[in-house]
Amino acid sequence: MSTETLFRRIADYASRADPYPLYAELREHGAVRQDDGSYLVGTYDEIAALLHDPRISSDRRRRTVPDALGPGQDDVPPAFIGLDDPEHDRLRRLAMRPFGPPHSPGRVDALRGEITRIAGELADGFADGKRIDVVDDFAYPLPVTVICRLLGVPSEDEPRFRTWSDSIVAGFDATPDEDPEQRLRSATEARRAMALYLGELAESRRGHPTGDMLSALVNDEGPEGSLNPIELMTTSVLLLIAGHETTVNLITNGVLTLLRHPDALARLRDDPALMPQAVEELLRYEPPVQMLPQRTPLADIEVSGVTIPQGAPLILVLASGNRDPLRFAEPDRFDITRPDNQHLGFGSGIHSCFGAPLARLETQIALTTLLPRLGDLRLVEDPPPYRTNQVLRGPRHLLVEAAG
Amino acid sequence: MPAEPRSDGRIVIVGASLAGLRAAETLRDEGFRGELTLVGEEPHPPYDRPPLTKQVLLGRVRADDVGLPRRRAVEAHWKLGVRASGLDPDGKKVLLANGEHLPFDRLLIATGTRARPWPDADAARLDGVFTVRTRDDASRLAERFDAGPRRVLVIGAGFTGSEIASVCRERGIEVTVAERGPAPLVGALGGALGTFAARLQRAHGVDLRCGVTVTALKGDGGRLTGAEFSDGSRIDADVAVIALGAVRNTEWLADSGLAAGPRGVACDAGCRAFDMYGIVTDDIFVAGDVARFPHPLFEYQMLSLEHWGNAVAQAEVAAHNMISAGPHRRPHLAVPVFWSSQFGLNIKSVGVPTFSDQVVLAQGSPEEGRLVAVYGYRGRVTAAVSVNRAKWLEHYRRMIETAAPFPPGPGAADGPEPAAPVPSDVPDPKVLSHGPTVALTGHLPDRRLTLVRPGG
Amino acid sequence: MQIVVDLNRCQGYAQCAFLAPQVFALHGEEALAYSPAVPDDQLDRVRKAATACPVQAILVGEQAGADAG
Repeated sequence: MSTETLFRRIADYASRADPYPLYAELREHGAVRQDDGSYLVGTYDEIAALLHDPRISSDRRRRTVPDALGPGQDDVPPAFIGLDDPEHDRLRRLAMRPFGPPHSPGRVDALRGEITRIAGELADGFADGKRIDVVDDFAYPLPVTVICRLLGVPSEDEPRFRTWSDSIVAGFDATPDEDPEQRLRSATEARRAMALYLGELAESRRGHPTGDMLSALVNDEGPEGSLNPIELMTTSVLLLIAGHETTVNLITNGVLTLLRHPDALARLRDDPALMPQAVEELLRYEPPVQMLPQRTPLADIEVSGVTIPQGAPLILVLASGNRDPLRFAEPDRFDITRPDNQHLGFGSGIHSCFGAPLARLETQIALTTLLPRLGDLRLVEDPPPYRTNQVLRGPRHLLVEAAG
Repeated sequence: MPAEPRSDGRIVIVGASLAGLRAAETLRDEGFRGELTLVGEEPHPPYDRPPLTKQVLLGRVRADDVGLPRRRAVEAHWKLGVRASGLDPDGKKVLLANGEHLPFDRLLIATGTRARPWPDADAARLDGVFTVRTRDDASRLAERFDAGPRRVLVIGAGFTGSEIASVCRERGIEVTVAERGPAPLVGALGGALGTFAARLQRAHGVDLRCGVTVTALKGDGGRLTGAEFSDGSRIDADVAVIALGAVRNTEWLADSGLAAGPRGVACDAGCRAFDMYGIVTDDIFVAGDVARFPHPLFEYQMLSLEHWGNAVAQAEVAAHNMISAGPHRRPHLAVPVFWSSQFGLNIKSVGVPTFSDQVVLAQGSPEEGRLVAVYGYRGRVTAAVSVNRAKWLEHYRRMIETAAPFPPGPGAADGPEPAAPVPSDVPDPKVLSHGPTVALTGHLPDRRLTLVRPGG
Repeated sequence: MQIVVDLNRCQGYAQCAFLAPQVFALHGEEALAYSPAVPDDQLDRVRKAATACPVQAILVGEQAGADAG
């Protein structure tokens, strides 16, 4: 089949459970032009180079070739994930102030006990002898509870922003051959609604801080000032969505992968100190963010002998780079003690995952909590049903039951 | 014909710091089974020097705590606290200051450098006059900083001097920096970033005096009291830190017949030492700060790099080559890299900024305190320096490795428009107080870059 | 145990400073400062930090040359 349709084939829901053969095909061809004028890159070295190339923009407004996501019809400016330096840098540093070093180095570490407690309670709630949906009963509620606690969002509002979040995430679902109009309109509306909700919530903390990140973002002024109301809204929308749409996949992929690899599971049960390495390998082997779909070169750039023109949509397939045999020995093997594992699971360069430390901690704790039970469980369906999204890829449900 | 077996015999490594240690580990990693001896002048096991002028002087880390972790056990004889005093190349023996002779089949010279002392030996002995090279030096100076000196004078505004000045300001200590050149760091980074560094120091309250030399250190009753400058001015100071650069530890090789001198020990790209006739030896290797080696990316000029990364990379290549037969030997081609942290900024460099005729601001701006400057020589990229922008440097390293055209094309998302190259203004090292940390000692028709020190 | 960070590789992702804030800290926005001698009660965190380092720049090991006579 033509490489010009590779992205369409990856996006096809039928490929969701196992896109890796298509990624292998992508790697054989280096940079691949698609028939809509966009480009895919799937080899490790080339992705790594592009992630460190200052001529690659993250701002979709700089595209001159229309992409599957359609023109930006949003009147709300992008959050820092969709901006370039120096704006990206300024906003990311302001958002980092209440989250991590240098100003709040212990913030994530201090959540350790609470994450462990929440994970334990969720696991204790598993009814004996019944089927469990790892997604709905564990992998979704854990990060959502944590991000709500961290940001200062009441958990009882979770059903509201879950609906918004679903619509927003469907907006990045760049499935070609489909009229995106309706989907994009509801994504825009959902984003606006969520922004207003979080903006109001933050405003209510002005002068009344409650120890959470929203309070800090609205009250703490650094030498460079603080976020203006619009920036506050776009940033908190980003953190809330990213905080619960990605880690759920990482945890679920972790359970799925361990149940598919009983040898690795047995090793981890013998030596739980291997968990941090196992989670890094998981980030390589089944990364929750499969690709970065919104890069754009600001100059003509040559990649693997192909010139990618200025303004063309450029899609970096991280999950493919993670399986590149030129970088990783036996890349299709899940090896929890893999040495020198510089995976692209959290991206790299200036846009590397903001919430990586939290995602890592949550997943390590989540899988460690489940470890004693996993040996007695089996998958009800393999492969499980997946969510439609090919960018934020993960099972929609993961049913497991007692083996026996 | 089978390759000559080189995995046994006796290897002596003179120098038990970073390069010596990593070489020893690589030898064992790659299968050397013979007898291994490391000789170190200092009594301490290998330790890391970069923290000395940063965390240690800040009082956050004790000087005793900077030991280097090992990558693996090396099963070596460690002769610490004893200096090598000579080399007998015919008898293949290293002579030690304690009279001992160490026979070897292959030798690695990794004796590094020491701090250049203040030229007036009497003044140098005054209480309050320091150099910082060793862990003991840093320990003594940190103690003095703890006591709260009224004013510190730093002589020489290279990386070491600038880092020490930064520590002083962070600790709330008044500091004067005297630099004979036009600006701090100018010898390593050229004029444009030198100007940036000067503004940075002054913004942090450093009394920076450029274009002057210290003509005398004054004492009273054996204690430092102040200094006089070439412009006739004088200051009171109770501590002076001499940061005039480094002297290569090659004196012990004076009678060895090797090409060893003030510029270091010359070797080929495979780290094999040259003898004084320019003939390469086959059993004597060199690595780290003391080595001078040709680099193809810099027109095969002989480079001496006082860089942490070079000590590691070159030691690994030297060790590999010591136990590999001819065709399996590797060249030391790593692109030079270094970092410095000062005044709250992270400065990183890739390539050789002094090997340049022009420089261009490629990303960010001095006003933001975040930037990438790219250096070029005759139309190709030869170096890049980032300030709080380390995540981009990989891109420029690739440009250096591929001799990409200079100036780099437009398109950087945070690049100034238009980006106009300016002369890189790398001064002749002779005009500087401090010695350069990168010394280009080869021949270039339009440049004079040598490591000859002016007397006094 | 001792650590050394290859600060040439380090790009300031600060994952170590999240995981072991008592050992690793940012000095300013990007420069990493750390304590080379690791207290026993920090060793587990430091190992996790080394595992998580996106550029694999952290070496944890016994003091080199400790067997020196």
